[in-house]
Amino acid sequence: MADPLRDDALPTLRLLTCGSVDDGKSTLIGRLLYEQKLIFDDQLSALERDSKKHGTVGADIDFALLVDGLEAEREQGITIDVAYRYFATTRRSFIVADTPGHEQYTRNMATGASNADLAILLVDARKGLLTQTHRHAIIVSLLGIRHVVLAINKIDLVGYDEAIYRRIVKDFEAFAAPLGFRSVVAIPMSARFGDNVSSLSPNTPWHEGPFLLDHLERVEVEDERRDAAFRLPVQWINRPHLDFRGFAGTVAGGRIKRGDPIVVASSGRQSIVAGILRADAAVEEAEAGDAVTLTLADEIDIARGDVLARPDNRPQVADQFTAHLIWMSQEPLLPGRSYLMKIGARTTPASVTELKHRIDVDNFEKLAAKTLALNEVGFANLATTAPVAYDPYAENRETGAFILIDRTSNETAAAGMIAHGLRRATNIHRQGLAVDRDAHAAIKHQRPAVLWFTGLSGAGKSTIANLVESKLMARGVHTVLLDGDNIRHGLNKDLGFTTEDRVENIRRVAEVARLMTDAGLIVLTSFISPFRAERALARDTAATGEFIEIYVSTPLEIAIARDPKGLYKRALAGEIKNFTGVDQPYEAPEAAELTLDAGGVDVETLAERVVAELEARGRIERL
Amino acid sequence: MADLPLHLRRLEAEAIHILREVVSEFRNPVMLYSIGKDSSAMLHVALKAFHPAPLPFPLLHVDTTWKFREMIAFRDETVRRLGLDLRVHINKEGLARGVSPFASGSQVHTQVMKTESLLQALNEGKFDAAFGGARRDEEKSRAKERIFSHRSVTQAWDPRNQRPELWRLFNTRIRDGESMRVFPLSNWTELDVWEYIRAEGIPVVPLYFAKERPVVKRAGTLLMVDDDRMPLEPGEKPEMKRVRFRTLGCYPLTGAIESDADTLDAIIDEMRQATTSERQGRLIDSDESASMEKKKREGYF
Repeated sequence: MADPLRDDALPTLRLLTCGSVDDGKSTLIGRLLYEQKLIFDDQLSALERDSKKHGTVGADIDFALLVDGLEAEREQGITIDVAYRYFATTRRSFIVADTPGHEQYTRNMATGASNADLAILLVDARKGLLTQTHRHAIIVSLLGIRHVVLAINKIDLVGYDEAIYRRIVKDFEAFAAPLGFRSVVAIPMSARFGDNVSSLSPNTPWHEGPFLLDHLERVEVEDERRDAAFRLPVQWINRPHLDFRGFAGTVAGGRIKRGDPIVVASSGRQSIVAGILRADAAVEEAEAGDAVTLTLADEIDIARGDVLARPDNRPQVADQFTAHLIWMSQEPLLPGRSYLMKIGARTTPASVTELKHRIDVDNFEKLAAKTLALNEVGFANLATTAPVAYDPYAENRETGAFILIDRTSNETAAAGMIAHGLRRATNIHRQGLAVDRDAHAAIKHQRPAVLWFTGLSGAGKSTIANLVESKLMARGVHTVLLDGDNIRHGLNKDLGFTTEDRVENIRRVAEVARLMTDAGLIVLTSFISPFRAERALARDTAATGEFIEIYVSTPLEIAIARDPKGLYKRALAGEIKNFTGVDQPYEAPEAAELTLDAGGVDVETLAERVVAELEARGRIERL
Repeated sequence: MADLPLHLRRLEAEAIHILREVVSEFRNPVMLYSIGKDSSAMLHVALKAFHPAPLPFPLLHVDTTWKFREMIAFRDETVRRLGLDLRVHINKEGLARGVSPFASGSQVHTQVMKTESLLQALNEGKFDAAFGGARRDEEKSRAKERIFSHRSVTQAWDPRNQRPELWRLFNTRIRDGESMRVFPLSNWTELDVWEYIRAEGIPVVPLYFAKERPVVKRAGTLLMVDDDRMPLEPGEKPEMKRVRFRTLGCYPLTGAIESDADTLDAIIDEMRQATTSERQGRLIDSDESASMEKKKREGYF
């Protein structure tokens, strides 16, 4: 039974109070609790006792003492951590994160702000905007809070002067324009005396409202999350018996209905939502914030950490991106070090590949930096060992946020907010394939392979490769030959012979070879491919066990003597630049699967050795 | 059943998220079950979180042997009704030494039969995560406790060295021998718990409802004479009063309040008008306001 007094359309409002130590944060929270009659007699008597011992306002009750928690803090008069306060009016429940204005402010404020939908920014009317106000507004904006209350406090101490209030509001509007707040509501206030806290104050007749509580009770903050694209990070697989396989998690954005199509972001596999449990009850639809268990129409492979989305609106998938980092550890950031990144329900090794700059949170200035220390904010490139599904933080605070964990101490080293992916192809999603590579190969009675011929120009790569292909064709084997010269006339005609272009040339060929093996083919490639690193990349691109590196080891003198295309002559004359073996090195393979000395042995014998190798590796059937 | 009010639905979802995270990331979790209203609510949420699968962890009750008899009866009935795996731990060594709230005083009794007993049970069971029903609104030092609260190998809590907890991204990494205390109801208030119990029809120990019970007034507190182990002081004579309890623990340490609230609606109405906090009935808190923090550092839940 719902409580008739409560307005059930509005969920709990999670808010953050910020401002420097003397701006009256804790006093404001104490005032709110007191005026809502939420301070019990036993707490009030403890408060009166404590006020005499530690208080700073003479004989009055020091509301701040009510909110400052740990023993040490009360004695030192500072808040050293984030404290959470709870109160409810007849219309709404509230959770207040109270964060310190002192040391470690960035870390603690970011922690409090990460789950808040609204921030109350306190400003001392006598002082106007301070560096700290700027800092807090910037952190609030960085953490994606869209609703701000500018509480211009201690208005009693400036004689309830409207002009002072107006000037501070104007200053703030100018400063905050680039911070992306959706609503900024300014209120002249005295936390100590309660002006405009729980009712409109007669002392500020020029203020038309709202008063603080009025605004907090009415502000709508969840609509953005509900209207976002559907996301479900899969937290746990519920499989109590063979007839039930549910994917449990908390909806991180949007809505989902029974019968909707879904896709697994990383694999591209699709299915239809067969059933939705919200908590334990079968429902027709669910929305952001609901803890659900989905059942699907098809048995598709889904694990903890996968993100489910709609096929027409998917998260991005990348293994490199840029992000804002807030450093939270005493141990400074080490670019290149392996941390654990927890994003959604996925935990994966990650490193900072490049720290672009540090951000001065007092003015948003970008500063050159090599590391980040505790409480510093930076902008960096990160790389993960496996691709992860994500959204930019500005679009979704749940799927765009991550933490970095120190792998040795296990402490939370940083909080991160993804800006964007670094791969150009982030909007191209992997398509789940109904016919897989094994099926393609099986129909051809062969197993795919890449025969990667490498060696100097004129070594005999193309000659051998052509003969191998003819022999395979005669045995009914399905093949394709990718020849360096031919590829450079088409796919790679935009590339030259600089080191960079040679690297890209090989990357593309490796990808094409991979696609061809996915189709079940035996691929023969004939490229000089002079660098070990790129041949290693080609090997990694191929499926495990399918890459056969064949080193055609003809010595340079013999290749120069052959010079079938007259290229050595021109290169030696300086007419061609970047020619392998002349003015660019050839890095011979260290552990090729096969080495063919085409200097002395005849081509027929060499081609037979390649065919025999394919037989020995079970790629083709023996005759 | 009608939908839960939105604020309770969100609190429930948050608790479910926390429960599922622990089951996914820890090898051997356990749920501390103290029989009270918070435990009842937490258990109810847990059953929903893993539906249709059964509860994927056992319950643990640290029995001081001084709980109200109605609590033990309720516990056993709940286990039977829901088919739960409940482990009960008693500090036998403390029992053998004759530790009791009357003979040893409340502090020693709590230390030996609750705090030490809990540590024994957690070590014996090699549990790497333990759910508790504590809420941040209960007490000031609780307001700063994390949802995932890290404990050292000696189960100690260091309030100055807690991991920051951002978004819903809980850092669950621990070393061998370390453990995590996890509080799924951290963000609930006492009122939320009662409203949830009412909305979901969750059974609770009858002691929460007003009834004529034998009590004596001692040091300003109404104590219920639950069995004949309670020594009566000269001139003390149990009298029947209409009382109920806001919080339940060891009967000699739990004060009753005079009340007519014998339904959930009446309890919730009474709470709205309450002028004292729920822990006022807990004698162990009243020594000094920082006493809870001290106990927590020593390993108390």
